[in-house]
Amino acid sequence: MGEIFVVVEHRKGEIREITFEMLFKARELCQTSSHKLTAILLGGRDEGFVDDLAKWADRIIAFEDDRLKIFNADIYKEILDSLIGGHTPFLTLMGHTSWGMDLAPALAIRTGFPLATDCVDIQTEDGRPMVTRQIYSGKLFSKVSFKESPGYLVTVRPGAFLPPDDVEESQGEVVRQELPSGLTEPKKEFIEFVDTGAGAIDITQAELLVSIGRGVGEEENIATIKELADLMGATLSCSRPVVDKNWLPKFHQVGTSGKSVKPKVYLAFGISGAFQHVAGITGAGTVIAINKDRKAPIFRVADYGIADDLFKVADALKSEVTKVS
Amino acid sequence: MNIIICIKRVPLTQEVDLEVDELKKGVKKDALAYVINDWDNYAIEEAVLLQEKFGGTVTAITIGDEDDEEILRRALAMGADKSIRIEPGERELDGFVISKILAKTIRDLEYDLILTGVQADDDNAAMVGIMLAEELGLSHAAVVTGIEPEEGNAIIRVELEGGMDEVSKIKLPSLLTIQTGINEPRYVSIMGIRKARKKELVVIKVEDLSLSEDDLTRRTIIEEVFLPPEIEGAEMIEGDPSSVAGQIIQIIKEKGVSI
Repeated sequence: MGEIFVVVEHRKGEIREITFEMLFKARELCQTSSHKLTAILLGGRDEGFVDDLAKWADRIIAFEDDRLKIFNADIYKEILDSLIGGHTPFLTLMGHTSWGMDLAPALAIRTGFPLATDCVDIQTEDGRPMVTRQIYSGKLFSKVSFKESPGYLVTVRPGAFLPPDDVEESQGEVVRQELPSGLTEPKKEFIEFVDTGAGAIDITQAELLVSIGRGVGEEENIATIKELADLMGATLSCSRPVVDKNWLPKFHQVGTSGKSVKPKVYLAFGISGAFQHVAGITGAGTVIAINKDRKAPIFRVADYGIADDLFKVADALKSEVTKVS
Repeated sequence: MNIIICIKRVPLTQEVDLEVDELKKGVKKDALAYVINDWDNYAIEEAVLLQEKFGGTVTAITIGDEDDEEILRRALAMGADKSIRIEPGERELDGFVISKILAKTIRDLEYDLILTGVQADDDNAAMVGIMLAEELGLSHAAVVTGIEPEEGNAIIRVELEGGMDEVSKIKLPSLLTIQTGINEPRYVSIMGIRKARKKELVVIKVEDLSLSEDDLTRRTIIEEVFLPPEIEGAEMIEGDPSSVAGQIIQIIKEKGVSI
């Protein structure tokens, strides 16, 4: 019997959802392969995280020190490396998030354990993990195994494992540990958090969103969709490529690094449906997607789909709306 | 300020139907067009912008065959000074092996900053950059959206989830993985690429790097590549645009939104 480690992710005094998603999946893996589930908490003093975690794990190893309050890969990787070295957990899970992307690859080199990132499924076969990943932006799936090793590292895609409301509770044992002495001086120093999502409009409050993606093609074409949004009384939003190209300000952006929205209807024009975008529209009532690529991943999550040129549909919508009013 | 950029050529897959190859280990590549990895294009631009402001040299590195030199020439046309192609031969690579090869190649070069893209558009793994940083013992940050160097340090911005950035100060030399949108990559003309042929392009063979067999052994094994499982997905509305538009309006109204 071995152990599964889950690295707890938190920010600004709150445990991030990805933590519970990982704990839920890890519990399932523990049940089929009789491993022990250990949550690893690196956090500040008096953040109260331990109580929230106790019901999710068999054990919580907690380092609570104000040097750990804000994620710093330099300190975190040093502590986790020595912890993994001491316990040799069969599997260590981290989020495929801004944390995990900075932490997991460094930890893989330090520990010598193999790493698979951004996994959407995890199984065990013959005593080794087997994971499923998406490649080519979700157009293909890939089943991946590992070179034999005492332990394995996996980062988990946010939203891949959603715990039910009535998750079975356990009463995890809490083991508090002091930071090891003689930690290396970190090479990175936190200055501040900056809110990049605030702006002239609030897309999270809209009932009807008209949203544009890479498929809009040229900056000049945005005006025609904006016109449609105005005619419909809708709010204009967009996916990442539109903000990257500076065609719209960041406060229009829907998705992981932008905003999560919850309109009654979400009209997606030329949005391919990268998972980072889709994660932002899970709260939408009805999703209608227009994209000329019939195989675009957006059609897997939309309620209604139109495989056609977005401008033809937008023009037809304009005449239809004008006719109605 | 001397900067190294690690870049990759990837198949263009947007609006392309991908097919799995006979061995079910990858994608059928013969019909695909190749481009610079989108994230890497931003990394090249960022390196060139920093060089224009602070001086120094920019060196572009890729691992691949002769066809992949196309992206090195592109980087040179954008303003990089020299380039290195590492020839891997028939070897199967994963992020771990790539980071070992790059670390060995870069170890003796002079640099203040190494930039990579956050991830590549093919494997979407997002691991090579930070693995490379750890191999070289450098400070590192992932998903970077801003770099302002100062004496011995840089003030950087990292993109977090939910419309939040983190600003921090990082010691140089450092490895940063660059997020799209950090700048506006410049246009590259065919003439520019032609002129860039005069700039340095060195080819190194992996065999000559004297890496151990263990370093060159993949840590992850692709067992099977397959098409996304069939799911019900969207109800497709077919027909000419005006009838489609009529149906869309009807759905919107049914959902309680007044237009």
